Amino acid sequence: MSGSSPGMTALREPVNPSSAFWRRLRHHRVALVCLLYVSALALIALLADVLAPYDYAFQDTRRYASLPAPPDARHLLGTDHLGRDLLSRLLHGARVSLTVSLVVVLISASIGITLGLIAGYRGGRTDLLLMRATDVMFAFPDLLFAILLSAIVRSGGTAVPAWLIFLTLFASLGLVAWPGMARLVRGQALALREREFVEAARAIGVRDTMILRRHLLPNLLGPVIVQVTQDVAGLILAEATLSFLGLGVPPPFASWGRMIFEALPYMHSHPMLLVYPGLALALTVMAFNFLGDALRDALDPRLRQ
Amino acid sequence: MILAFVLKRLALAVPTLIVISFLTFVIARLAPSDPVDIIAGEKATPETRARIRHEYGLDRPILIQYLQYLQGIVTRGDFGTSFSSAGLPISRLIVTSFPVTAQLAVQALLFALGLGIPAGILAALYHNTLFDRITMALVVMLVSVPSIVLGPLLMLALAVRLNWLPVSGWKDAQNQIFLIGLPTPFYTDMVLPTVTLGARSAALIARFMRSSLLDTLRQDYLRTAIAKGFSRAQAVRRHALKNALLPVLTVVGTNFGLLLSGSFIVETLFQVPGIGFESINSVLKRDYPVIQGMALLAATVYILINLTVDILYGFVDPRVRSREAGA
Repeated sequence: MSGSSPGMTALREPVNPSSAFWRRLRHHRVALVCLLYVSALALIALLADVLAPYDYAFQDTRRYASLPAPPDARHLLGTDHLGRDLLSRLLHGARVSLTVSLVVVLISASIGITLGLIAGYRGGRTDLLLMRATDVMFAFPDLLFAILLSAIVRSGGTAVPAWLIFLTLFASLGLVAWPGMARLVRGQALALREREFVEAARAIGVRDTMILRRHLLPNLLGPVIVQVTQDVAGLILAEATLSFLGLGVPPPFASWGRMIFEALPYMHSHPMLLVYPGLALALTVMAFNFLGDALRDALDPRLRQ
Repeated sequence: MILAFVLKRLALAVPTLIVISFLTFVIARLAPSDPVDIIAGEKATPETRARIRHEYGLDRPILIQYLQYLQGIVTRGDFGTSFSSAGLPISRLIVTSFPVTAQLAVQALLFALGLGIPAGILAALYHNTLFDRITMALVVMLVSVPSIVLGPLLMLALAVRLNWLPVSGWKDAQNQIFLIGLPTPFYTDMVLPTVTLGARSAALIARFMRSSLLDTLRQDYLRTAIAKGFSRAQAVRRHALKNALLPVLTVVGTNFGLLLSGSFIVETLFQVPGIGFESINSVLKRDYPVIQGMALLAATVYILINLTVDILYGFVDPRVRSREAGA
């Protein structure tokens, strides 16, 4: 009854979904700040060797009578209890944190997307079987599984090489992180399967693998990206937690979680040893969480609350 | 109808438990180190080693070992014995440590509900006001700040700096609170672990409560109630709250699972002698039977809680039941 007639709607410029996405994201100030933070962090992770004044394992012990050393001209944020430069370890911590979470998310997303696509597209008994397996993995407290696996590999003591510990870390986190993605992709695939363009493709005899790749996967991209962003937040946290418990990244690699643990006995005299890695960890997790929310809003404005 | 629903749920839980028990068992057996080394020490004679291997049943095929393990648990409640503290039955360790974790988790849940539900309700009722914004900002912060950061920071602020609370411990006699001169079951050293564990859940519950109530407030029946002469407060109290609280129930279940795995960190951090603390300790001592027993216990409890919540939800909301039956 207002001004708009059917003719007016037809005349409106067609909206390009991808430019609409960028426009919505640009208007989201929090998202921009988070994007900036994450980009800066990625840069730090890449250039940690160049940016860090010292090697993450270098122990500057002879110059100090007591450790941890307070901030001075040589060590801008001071050193930890072994005389290692705190700033350098914080920067290298970003590298460890991002590397572990990205590798793991690659593993878990591949498993989750593959299983979810097959379950959702095939349906029937395949779906039932795969989703039951997903339920079992979902029911298992994920941190516990990672703790168990890491503990077992470490039972070899100091003889266990660092690469094996990293491999276990990737594998154990990758194996527990996929069910969320699998459920999401399955749900989406179930819905997409019934759409006309998929039916049309099937009708003209396109093979299933081709339908999955050409028609289902591109349409899943949005929700998958959102899920990946939030998974990264969770995995950064998981790495830090495992390292905190002494079951994550092997020493002397710098992990924010381990740095927090090592700072506990010096809480009274050197509280900043605890505050800096804690802040880095909390801000990073927060940035990825916010970014995930913002991406979801930008991809599907209907979900905005 | 409801019986069929409960039975179906139970039937689904059993295979999950079997798979989990098998997984924990096999993973623990994959360890590169020989358990006999841990029990007997590396200098033991071959005869002693062979005797120990036989005593612990380590010379039998792994499937037989697993079935015997399962049989022991089901028929006698026997989870095997610890490697590191020779002869200590794991069931005894469970009996002492499980109640601690349960108490910690329940306290944390009560804290989370007590803080989260009122905060969520108020934020929804005062939607888009300053109170709402501050609450939601706090929620986002608490959801993102992990307990390995929150715990030490609370410790630093409230225990080390202000000296209001003890740094760590659990039910230490000197930290008991006396009300009107009488001893009570409360201890000040429980405060920090409880708050650290419950903070994230409190935030999640507050957010969920808020959006659930906001949804309900938009429903037609609420408008009708107000149109028929109810005041807004009456309409909220009589109609909206009950319906809005229902979905929160499911979140409580998932939160309990979160609390259970969160207790591993919180117990380690604050030296609370629960299953998380014992598990991490046994990990450091490479005491596999203990890790295995604790993992199985934690997974079982987790599944049983989810099962209970599902069933409860089926009782409260008939729509869930009929959907399940239809599927």
